[in-house]
Amino acid sequence: MTTLTPDAPQAERATRTYPAYSRGPLARLLLNREAAVIVALVVVFVYALGNVQYFDGPLTVYNLLKEYAPILLMALPMTLIIITGEIDLSVASTLGASAAVTGVLVVDHDLSVPAAALVAIAVGALLGALNGFFVAYVGLPSLAVTIGSLALYRGLAEGLIQDKRISGFPGALRTWPTDRIGSTQYPNIVLVIIVLAVLFGLLLHFTSFGRSVFEIGLSDEAARFSGVNVARTKLILFTLSGAVAALAGVYVALKSNSVATDTGSGFELKVIAGVLLGGVSIFGGRGALHGVIAGVLLIAVLNSALQLDGQGSEVIQIIIGLLLVGSVIASNFLPRIRALLPRRAVSPEVTTKTPDNGDHTRKVAQ
Amino acid sequence: MSTSTLAPSQESAVTRAVRTVLRSRELAIVIVLALLLLLATTRRSSFVLSADGWRDTLLAPSILLLLAVGQMVVVVTRNVDLSVGSTLGITAYVTGKIFVANPDTPVIVVFLAGLAVGAVIGALNGLLVTLFKVPALVITLGTMYVLRGALTHEVGSDRMNAQDYPAHFEKLGTQQVLTIPVLTVIAVLVVAAVGYYLHTARGGRELYAIGSDPDAADLYGLPAARRVFGAFVLCGALAGLAGVFSAARYATAFSGTGSGIELQAVAAVVIGGVAIFGGSGTVWGAAIGAFLLVTINRALPILGISEFWQGAVVGALIIGSIVLDRVLSLRRTRQLVEARDHA
Repeated sequence: MTTLTPDAPQAERATRTYPAYSRGPLARLLLNREAAVIVALVVVFVYALGNVQYFDGPLTVYNLLKEYAPILLMALPMTLIIITGEIDLSVASTLGASAAVTGVLVVDHDLSVPAAALVAIAVGALLGALNGFFVAYVGLPSLAVTIGSLALYRGLAEGLIQDKRISGFPGALRTWPTDRIGSTQYPNIVLVIIVLAVLFGLLLHFTSFGRSVFEIGLSDEAARFSGVNVARTKLILFTLSGAVAALAGVYVALKSNSVATDTGSGFELKVIAGVLLGGVSIFGGRGALHGVIAGVLLIAVLNSALQLDGQGSEVIQIIIGLLLVGSVIASNFLPRIRALLPRRAVSPEVTTKTPDNGDHTRKVAQ
Repeated sequence: MSTSTLAPSQESAVTRAVRTVLRSRELAIVIVLALLLLLATTRRSSFVLSADGWRDTLLAPSILLLLAVGQMVVVVTRNVDLSVGSTLGITAYVTGKIFVANPDTPVIVVFLAGLAVGAVIGALNGLLVTLFKVPALVITLGTMYVLRGALTHEVGSDRMNAQDYPAHFEKLGTQQVLTIPVLTVIAVLVVAAVGYYLHTARGGRELYAIGSDPDAADLYGLPAARRVFGAFVLCGALAGLAGVFSAARYATAFSGTGSGIELQAVAAVVIGGVAIFGGSGTVWGAAIGAFLLVTINRALPILGISEFWQGAVVGALIIGSIVLDRVLSLRRTRQLVEARDHA
């Protein structure tokens, strides 16, 4: 038998000092995923302003934001979901289903737009909660569940609309989301995006709920043992994802003034591409909301600049694909590059926490 | 001290075979498939019993069958390949190009070309995944975009039509041997070969080992990178073959050919009881899953379910089958625990 005694090494550990170190501002900027994406966004934007004809036109930014608003919206909850190590492939189908609900209620049943929107968002939240239930409480892999619900929710949209053509939303509210704010280049939907982005940013980065999102991503089990209600957290995230996708669905319905069975189809991959480009690790546990917003905007700006430059959508597809692959490979090498670069000792005697560079790479299933 | 020795089974080979079949995870979907075919046939006998119905029943799933089997091999290693739809599109178009360049090209050459093009694309995916240790979901999402973009760039609004494919190739799409379509025969042979390899060969067993615990496989010294690379090459090659099938069956190829089919392939694998996190499942399961997925789309209108609700039924089926898989595996775990506790 050995008895545990409070021995010296522990006491020593408490006062252990690490040399404080830092790198130059440029190295720090380029070694940080989020900062790198933001820099890339600014560079591409400025380059396009100077070199792409008509990019500095009055409606470029307006059109770009109008088109990418649904992707931006859905990327917000998706960020949190991917940080927990899960994924939601059904967002675009949820968007389609809620757009269909909105269309059927407004056009066929003469409901007012706000009332129909509320019902649609409730339906979206319910669809999201269903995903969350299967993932969190039945313990199924989210990739498999949401491939199923991708088909199921799209099927609901098809069943609701059938071969009808739903178009012609009445009322002044219809154009509100795409109306410009005063004489600026920004559609009103930007206000909604900003409000939600701030809310999701606060939730992820400044609350204990947000900390538990990261904890779950690093280790489900460790999070559970440290008192995080893992199942409830995941249920909440999937429900939020469904509700926001539904909001995006209402927006798309109003924006195009019509709903079809394929409304928003294929959006899920754009959302995920934006989130991953923004520096969120597909393994979970790492990411930041401002990076994701920059990631989606980067795709949007590239898209718009290449279009104005006369390139077809295929070039844009190729570039998004290469960016995605390249950025993942690059971020894979980031820790190694970081280790190679020299550090400058600032003051060797300062007691400090080990700097958390946020490279929590884990070997788990994707 | 208890002695536990492993004695040879006292049961006859037949009993053991029956027991294996009854216990297999695939049985449930076979029953669903059989019920579906039975119901549809009682509603409308021409669904299976007419010459056309019989041919379609077997032929329609053959393309998805190939994709699902290739996907299954990748999924077993705890990876996924989302680029198979793009690969299918590229090879379907390349097939047309070959025939336009030389209408007398032997069919076998076209098949080999499809396999080769697909294998090269698979090798690219495999290289990116194994060399850079990057998650396959992201890599193949990226290559899916790149390949589809490259195809669209090359093809534009051009399309291959029936007149671009020689008559004998087009006929192959519906040709039958002993009432069984040729393409189905090839697909089933592929399934059998891959199934045999996964079930018996060392390399195949190692794929399962890698999928169930990559770290352990690594520590044990399995050539994980080489095996995963091989799985991607096989998956790409089969997607290439599926592209040739698609060209033969539909005698058409354009920039959008096969787009979206990657999710169907993953869905077939999931329905077939292949765990999405690797390490378990069979190609038979994936093949039956593909069969079921395609047959459902044909059968639902006959069963009186409006075609508009098909997608919803397919989705519910996917979710239902993974829930079933979960329930069965929980029960198995509990039985094993009980067996251990009473030992």
